[in-house]
Amino acid sequence: MKTGLAIALMLILLVGCDQQNKRTLPKLGNRPLVERVVDGKTIVDTVDHQVADFAFRNQDSTLITEKTVAGKIYLADFFFTSCFTICPKVKKNMKRIYDKYQGSPDLLILSHSIDYRYDTVGRLAWYADKFNIKSDNWHLLTGSYDELLRMSYQYLLTAKEDDEAPGGFDHSGSIALIDRQRHIRGMYDGTDTASVNQLMLDIELLLQE
Amino acid sequence: MKKSIVFLVLISSFFGVALSCNDGTKTYREGAILYETHCESCHMADGTGLEALYPPLAQSDMLRVMGATTACAIVNGMEGKIIVNGVEYDNKMLPIKGLSTVEVTNIINYINHAWGNENQFVPLQAVQKALEDCSPQK
Ligand code: HEC
Repeated sequence: MKTGLAIALMLILLVGCDQQNKRTLPKLGNRPLVERVVDGKTIVDTVDHQVADFAFRNQDSTLITEKTVAGKIYLADFFFTSCFTICPKVKKNMKRIYDKYQGSPDLLILSHSIDYRYDTVGRLAWYADKFNIKSDNWHLLTGSYDELLRMSYQYLLTAKEDDEAPGGFDHSGSIALIDRQRHIRGMYDGTDTASVNQLMLDIELLLQE
Repeated sequence: MKKSIVFLVLISSFFGVALSCNDGTKTYREGAILYETHCESCHMADGTGLEALYPPLAQSDMLRVMGATTACAIVNGMEGKIIVNGVEYDNKMLPIKGLSTVEVTNIINYINHAWGNENQFVPLQAVQKALEDCSPQK
């Protein structure tokens, strides 16, 4: 009886350990079809969604591209500086992450402003200064509307002009977590403290990959 | 006879106090709900604001001296350089539309006493007066 109980306990422990070791984050997004040649035959296969190349200016007017994030983990989100609905809350939650990883060469944040007319480099510099963040880890990005829209699809994040929406833009408060190979590994609700806590745990997991 | 009068006075004052207490918590709760709807996105649930972008209301030295004129900030918005607890803010608060004077009063008394704030209670009449005297919107 006692040994039976001990074995059962050990089994539970083992399974528990196993699950903890095995937790890996999924790769999100559409899997595009590709043609490959295997043994002289052309076959159709799918590959993981990889975030496309991009080019934006940050708050220092520096060009930020896929090369900036090469080999790094990063977060992507959309906002605008005059947004008064969900943005301040999302930014407050993200600031916790920034504070934790500030100075780390491994984690970057790319916050894209969808307000491409008003949020010039100068306005983003003002915001960065008032928000007390540095471009070592956190880039506030601006670019053409087409480029912003294209990248919002790449990150599976909503961001577009919408006259009906407060402030003139419809955008989600979600944050995308991107791995070193530019695969999307998680989506989090930036307005929700618990979801951002989960994001912080998942960042640790990715850092160890 | 005397006894019953004393008793009556006692009882009625008891109810009076109980009623006014009740009224206080009710308007405070109403203020809390209005705050959540109209102010929380910028000034945050804990009233701490956001860095030098959105000023705090919790322990704000500016709010402490604003009194009834807080109504003007709520109804007409606020713009330009201000200094709160030694930090310079230079941002814009949009007018909050569609609030009645009573609702504005309840918000003010909520923020004046939430998060450990111990600012003065602002009566409805003072808010009414302040709103008449607000300098026209810049
Ligand atoms: C769109 C974001 C936003 C919303 C919503 C908002 N505020 Fe403000 N508030 C600000 C900004 C920004 C300032 C500073 C303005 C400046 O720089 O001149 C401010 C300043 C203030 C101040 C004076 C400074 C201080 O911190 O003591 C008070 C009081 C205040 N707001 C109260 C409120 C109340 C009450 C509500 C809800 C009815 C509200 N605000 C809603 C953004 C906002």
